This record gives sequence, structure tokens and C-alpha cells, in this order.
Amino acid sequence: MKIGILALQGGFAEHAHSLTRLGAECFMIRRERDLDREMEGLILPGGESTVMRKLMEDLGLLSGLRQRIADGLPVLGTCAGLILLAEEVEGGKACLATMGVRVKRNAYGRQLGSFHTEENFQGIGRIPMTFIRAPYIEAVLGEGQILARADGRIVAVQEGKQLACAFHPELTEDLRVHRYFLDMAGGAL
Amino acid sequence: MAENRYELNRQLAQMLKGGVIMDVTTPEQARTAQEAGACAVMALERIPADIRAAGGVSRMSDPKMIRGIQEAVSIPVMAKCRIGHFVEAQVLEAIDIDYIDESEVLSPADDRYHIDKHAFKVPFVCGARDLSEALRRIGEGTAMIRTKGEAGTGDVVQAVRHMRAMNGEIRRIQSLREDELPEAAKGLQVPLELLRYVYENGRLPVVNFAAGGIATPADAALMMQLGAEGVFVGSGIFKSGNPARRAEAIVKAVTNYTDAGLIAELSADLGEAMVGINAQEITLLMAERGQ
Repeated sequence: MKIGILALQGGFAEHAHSLTRLGAECFMIRRERDLDREMEGLILPGGESTVMRKLMEDLGLLSGLRQRIADGLPVLGTCAGLILLAEEVEGGKACLATMGVRVKRNAYGRQLGSFHTEENFQGIGRIPMTFIRAPYIEAVLGEGQILARADGRIVAVQEGKQLACAFHPELTEDLRVHRYFLDMAGGAL
Repeated sequence: MAENRYELNRQLAQMLKGGVIMDVTTPEQARTAQEAGACAVMALERIPADIRAAGGVSRMSDPKMIRGIQEAVSIPVMAKCRIGHFVEAQVLEAIDIDYIDESEVLSPADDRYHIDKHAFKVPFVCGARDLSEALRRIGEGTAMIRTKGEAGTGDVVQAVRHMRAMNGEIRRIQSLREDELPEAAKGLQVPLELLRYVYENGRLPVVNFAAGGIATPADAALMMQLGAEGVFVGSGIFKSGNPARRAEAIVKAVTNYTDAGLIAELSADLGEAMVGINAQEITLLMAERGQ
């Protein structure tokens, strides 16, 4: 299975590492021409969402990616990736706006508010979750299904073939969220 | 718990990778930087080129000024304290700063000891000229490394030298026999377990950015091709003719650092670059501070 990773800024190498360990192939998306390559799934990594949004616009990636996702390309967004997917962003601008959720940016405050915990993820079980200056999901606006909560807040949602988490599965050694995504992309979920 | 905090701090640096951290002195500059695509800003009263010009003792910035910048942007805000000045660091932690740069750009407060960074919850970034300095700073608890370069000059030569020195030494360590590591650690004056990490992984245990003298998109891409994981730009942006445009161009050059065609486009019509001073012409070498 071949997965494209948006590699404009942030933790894209960490996602590549997780996918490689699971035996999936991946390539980096940095220019419009990279979208011509065949892919069965897309990852939007953590990093700064303002940077990624700006570069997606300026490098001509925004409309192409939005179209691919609308056409059913399976996508996993983590942290900033969740913000890029969200229809509504409190205190910021929406980017791809393909997923019916409202997110709050920097919802836990600055770096001193970053934390690590373990919670249940529906369909997987208890998993480690690392939150770095993270957002959370204030409300599900569409048909999305809540897959995980942490401390009462919604932190993972799946809507069709779009999967988004407020935390960083790519920063832990636990590969089960990536496995879940590959299963979803392969049509098993 | 402390171990967990250090891990979270290293991980914030991982999320800054592939990005540009810009020096700003006002909320307006901070907004310009954020709009241009900066992944974080460094709040300081005077950029290094002006610190050089002004002379005298250079200290931590006014917390009120830093707060103004924290309110102006949503991206992480960093600020500098003097080498060894752990009370300035306590003050920065008290105002909820995202990252502290224990920086040779300010006048050192202690000519012998660096800050014990394990004693803090907020992360630190420190400058290094080679592997030995980098691993000593990591041993003290820094969660991110940057080259020292020579700040405020617009001359990239020192940043290049420091990045090449660091990566050359990493390759040398990897070529050793395992039983030669203790002697190498002794020679470099660094903790053995950190050297062992370098031997096994071929990289520093924390993220490594380039800093000091970067003024153009090509400078930034050069540092990325030499192995930097991101770039700090200090005086290079707001000392140039068209800061917003130059900032955007440097951000794009860091993302697409091997795409010469794009870097050519980005380098066109940028207006005046910062004037710059040759690193040999200056009398104050900031990189010599704090070894």
C-alpha cells in the first residue's frame, strides 16, 4: 500500500517511520506535481497548522488535496492535521474543511500544558496519547463517529474515510492507530 | 514525571522541524512572521545585528514586551536568557514561554556554568559549534540544539562550519569500534550514554536546527542540505528591504530545499538583503561564549 505524506513542515518523518515499520510504502508531498503520483492514502502530520495552510495555498496544493479527499481518498490527520481537515476552527481559519468537526486550537494552552496519557480508542483498545500544544474537538457537526476521548474531551473522530486525532500516534512506539488507518484505507473498516 | 516532561519538550522540537523560527521585536513583526509561515518566533528587544551595534551588556527582554508578542500570535513563542542566568530562565518559565534559548547572543551571566536545564519544566534550546558542545548541553537538559553560527553578521560561514563539524564528528563516532566509545567520550568531555546514542543512531538525540548569519533563501536551503532540520533567522529578515517577502521566500526554500528551480524563483526580486559584516571583520565573536 502506498501512502502520501504532506511534508511541508512538522513531524512527517515520524509518520514515515511508523508506516515503514508496518511495511507500507510512502512518499513525501511538497509540490503540486507530487499529487500526480498514485496513492491509496494520505497523511497530514503534526506541526504548525498556520505554516502548512499557508504553504498549501502558495504551493498550489490546497484545491488538489481537497478534491482528492472529497473523492474518497482515505486520510489520517494528527494534531495540526486535524485542524487542516476541520470545517470550523475556533480562533483561526479553516483549511481543507472536509470533515464536519469544530476544533479549538492550542486548547490546552502553551507548552507547559502539553501532556501524555493513556485512553481507550474504539476498535483498538487502550493506547498511549501524546498531546503537544494540542487542539481538541469541541463538536462533531456532521456524520462523524467519536473514537476517543481524553479527560472528557473528544480527541479522535472518523467520518467516512477521514480519520483525525488531536494527539500524535507517530510519537509513540505503538503502531495500532497507523495499523487502523491502513486497514481503513485498504477497505477493511 | 520529569522524564515525561523532557520527552514532551523534545517532541515539541520535533513538531518545529522543516520550519523557520524568526527573531521579532514587536507584535507587528510577530504577526508578519506568522503570516509569512514562521513555525515559531523568538521575542527579543533587539535583534543580534543591533545588539552588536549597540554594545554594552545585553540581557533578557522585558516580560511585558514578550507578553505582547504572545498575545499577537498563535504559534510558539521563544525568548532568550543569558548563559548561566537561571533566574532569567525562571522568569521566562513564569510567563509561560514555550521555549527558552540560553543564548550566547546575550552577554553571559556565568563564565563557567550553564543553567541546570533539568530543573525546569519548559524546554530549552542551546547553541553548539560541534558535537562536544552539543552533547554537553544535552547532558544539562536542553531539548533542542542549534548551531551557534555568528549571529547578527548575515555571514553564513560559521553556521556552515559548525554544522559540518557536528555531522563530521557524528560520522567519525559511528566509524569507531564499540569498545572505543569510553575513550572518545573522555576526549570529547561528554556523557558516555549520549555518545552511545550518537554511535547507534547516527544523529543527535534531539532536533538540530541551523542558526547564525542566515540571510537568503539559498543560505537556508544550504543549511538544510547540510543536514539541519530547520532554520532560525535572526537579523536576516527584519534588517532587509522587504521583510514579509523575504520571510515567505525563506520558509518555502526550507520546505523545498533541494528544488533549485523553485529556489531560483524565490530568490528573484527580494529587494535588499541585510548589509552584513564579514565574520573576520568583527571583534566580538559570540560563538566563543559558553563552551
